[in-house]
This record gives sequence, C-alpha cells and structure tokens, in this order.
Amino acid sequence: MHNFDFVKPGTVADAAAALQGDEAQPLGGGQTLIPTMKQRLAAPETLVSLIGIAEMQGVCKTDAGELSIGGATTHATVEAEAASLFPGLAGLAGRIGDPAVRNRGTIGGSLANNDPAACYPAAALATGATIRTDKREIAADDYFQGMFTTALDEGEIIVEVRMPIPEKSNYQKFLQPASRFALTGVFVAKYADGVRVAVTGASEEGVFRWTEAEQALGSNFAADAISGLSVSADGMINDLHGTPEYRAHLVKVLTGRAVMAAA
Amino acid sequence: MTLCINGADYPMPNDPRTTLLDHMREKLNLTGTKKGCDHGQCGACTVLVDGKRVLSCLQLAQTVRGDVTTIEGLSKNDTLHPMQAAFLEHDAYQCGFCTPGQIMSAVACVSEGHAGSDAEIADWMSGNLCRCAAYPQIRAAIASVAQAEAEG
Ligand SMILES: Cc1cc2nc3c(=O)[nH]c(=O)nc-3n(C[C@H](O)[C@H](O)[C@H](O)COP(=O)(O)OP(=O)(O)OC[C@H]3O[C@@H](n4cnc5c(N)ncnc54)[C@H](O)[C@@H]3O)c2cc1C
Ligand code: FES
Ligand code: FES
Repeated sequence: MHNFDFVKPGTVADAAAALQGDEAQPLGGGQTLIPTMKQRLAAPETLVSLIGIAEMQGVCKTDAGELSIGGATTHATVEAEAASLFPGLAGLAGRIGDPAVRNRGTIGGSLANNDPAACYPAAALATGATIRTDKREIAADDYFQGMFTTALDEGEIIVEVRMPIPEKSNYQKFLQPASRFALTGVFVAKYADGVRVAVTGASEEGVFRWTEAEQALGSNFAADAISGLSVSADGMINDLHGTPEYRAHLVKVLTGRAVMAAA
Repeated sequence: MTLCINGADYPMPNDPRTTLLDHMREKLNLTGTKKGCDHGQCGACTVLVDGKRVLSCLQLAQTVRGDVTTIEGLSKNDTLHPMQAAFLEHDAYQCGFCTPGQIMSAVACVSEGHAGSDAEIADWMSGNLCRCAAYPQIRAAIASVAQAEAEG
C-alpha cells in the first residue's frame, strides 16, 4: 500500500473540504478499497474516512414514505433497522458476503463501487432510489452507468440514499458459492402505480431493469405473468461460474421466485 | 490515542496504512490472530470489536473504535473459553491455521443467536474458510456450546 494522509472528519462539510484536493478519496468500510490499495490498484494521496460522520449513519422513515439510509450505514445495521419498515431490503443486506463484511461494509461504498455483481445496486434501481450527495440529488435511473461506473464526480460523497418503500418486495440472489457475491440477483418492487424489476450479476453493463417483466407484472403480479417472456443472452457475463445463457435463464427463474416470495 | 485489546491499552501505530492485523502481529506480539489471504476472503484474521466480528486485515488500526478481543483474550487464567474447549473436544481442526479466526467467529455466532441449526451455523460461519475442511467438526463444536448455553 502506498502511503497517504489520513483525515477523519466529523461532518460532511469537513469531509467535502478534505476531498477537494488532488488524488483524495473517501473511505467507507474499506471492504473493497483496502484490498484494492494493497494491490496498488488505488493509491490515493489523501484518504478521508466517512465512518465517523454522525449525519451519515442510520436508517429512518421520511414523511414522504421513503426509507432514508445514511451513506455510511453498514449492511448489518440496514439488516437490523430496516427489518420491519422494508423487509425486502433488510433481506438483501443480511445476505451480502459474510457477517464480518456486513459489520463494516456500507451502502455508500457499495453504490459508489458499482460492482457488476453487487447487491445494493439492484435495490436502488428497483426502488427508483434518490442518491443524495454532498452536491446534488441523482435519480437511480441516471446514476448507474455501466460496471464500476457511476454518475459520481471524483471526490463526491454519497450522503444519503432514499428509497420509496414498496408495497411488496423481495431480492433473490443466486450465490456464487466461493465469493458469495451474486452470480445473478433480482430485486422486484411492487408499488401502487407499477412494478420495477432490477437485475444484477448478469449483464456486462452492470445492473439493469427488465422492463418487459415490469409491464407483465404491472397488470398481473404473479409468477405466471412472466412465463411467456424470455431474456436474451446477448451482453450477459461469461465466466467460469456461468455462461451468458445460464445467467439469462437465472434472470427469469429468480424473478419468478422473487414475485412468489414478495412481502 | 490508544487501542484497547483484551482489556489492556496499547499504542496506536503512527503509520495510517497499518492494519489492525499487522499492528497486533508485528508490533504488539499478539500473534494468535492469523493472516491467511490479507484480502478479506478467508476469515483467518477475524477478531471481535465490541463483540462484533470484523476482519482485522481490512481494518486500518487508526479506525478502530471500541474494545478488541482476540483469541488471546478468551481464556480466563488457565481456564479455556467454552468454545476453545469445544473445539478440542470435537477435533475441530487439523493444521489449526484457521482456528483462531474460526473460534472468534464462532463465539459471535453463538452470542448473536445464529447457532440454532446446522444449516444456520454453516450460513453464519460462511466467512471462515478451512483448507483442512474440518467444517463438520467446527459446526458440531459450535452446536454443543449453543446447546449448553440454552440449557443454562
Ligand atoms: C468477502 C467479501 C464478500 C462480499 N460479498 C458481497 C456481496 O455478496 N454483495 C455485495 O453487494 N457486496 C459484497 N462485498 C462488497 C462489500 O459489500 C463492500 O463493503 C462494498 O462493496 C464496499 O463498501 P465499503 O463501505 O467497504 O466501501 P470501501 O471499500 O471503503 O470503498 C469502496 C469505494 O467506494 C468509495 N466510497 C465509499 N463510501 C463512499 C461514499 N459514502 N460516497 C462516495 N464514495 C464512497 C470509495 O472511495 C471506494 O472507491 C463483499 C466484500 C468482501 C470482502
Ligand atoms: S487474512 Fe483477513 S480475511 Fe484472510
Ligand atoms: S484446520 Fe487447517 S485450515 Fe482449518
């Protein structure tokens, strides 16, 4: 690991100021960034720790019926604090990686990283979340821009993620057994005015919405509603864990399971 | 700033790059915690911070807030912690390299209430790999401690 100046601010304003400099980078739970720095694939000159910022911690329900999650909230905290308000999201958070990773990893770090097999991007896209940074608000539909690519500027901080709470939702994750990332994962969210379906772990472009399934489920929220649909294998990830055809097949199977399990 | 480990105060490292794992092993003579992968993949470096498991290879020492417990902190004088005794009883290791991490994770697995069935234990111990594949014995050791606690 190359050396860096380490800053541990207590407010978003102080963190934003520290991130003004060249080659400055935020640090969340470090579950992705620390290994990357050890490999010297990242070498920030200034590292700005976000975990001590109180205004970026915790889960609550807003007056507008959204779930507000502080950008530095750990997966384990979301699992516990969202359990009654938004069980679909708590279920997702509680199956990320393993317990030690969940005790440190944060939602902001996961969304900033936008790993093509990460879980939170599916929830953010399926709920049409708003990603609030220190500078602006970004709609999830504009935020994800391909694997490991987002609308964030350099040094921009995810302060809060707001997700409209669905009537029913569920996340189905087909485990890649070694890493426990999603070999493919599907988040289904049902609202009064429609259904949204987001898929992670499948496409080379990262998380995406399966709009045909959204339409079919919008008129009939039952697993049968998608039985006539098929998913193209074009552009799906091909690796030793699964072929594009296998992943395309999983998208449909997992969507059906998520609809059946939605609560 | 100091680090509280197993009830004793230790100095923080000056170099911000130093992980909790390297600091304990290289500077504090606390070598019970093992380094397997150094990348968050294997769980050999698992310690507890305020009772919660974390990977000490992925935590910069300067970001530790809370009391650290390592394998050295489990026994009381010459009496093994029940989880250590159960690992002996059930032969829950071969080479022993993963064992300190397994035991720390196992202590949390029981205290969290996630040791209700074999499948639940397997799920909540999934972050701790064992190259010797002592998994059935590890799960049996954890189940025996959970059962003994339930029976009071
Ligand atoms: C063994 C293992 C298994 C895992 N399994 C899964 C899994 O199943 N599913 C899954 O989704 N993830 C998984 N992960 C990833 C894990 O969820 C990470 O915690 C997460 O991807 C990164 O979060 P972090 O807080 O650790 O971020 P860090 O590692 O600290 O940072 C990651 C990136 O995000 C940036 N960043 C951090 N916080 C913010 C913020 N608030 N605003 C802007 N930028 C920020 C950093 O600069 C860095 O570029 C796994 C990780 C490990 C080690
Ligand atoms: S040494 Fe920390 S997880 Fe492997
Ligand atoms: S006992 Fe050898 S690695 Fe687990």
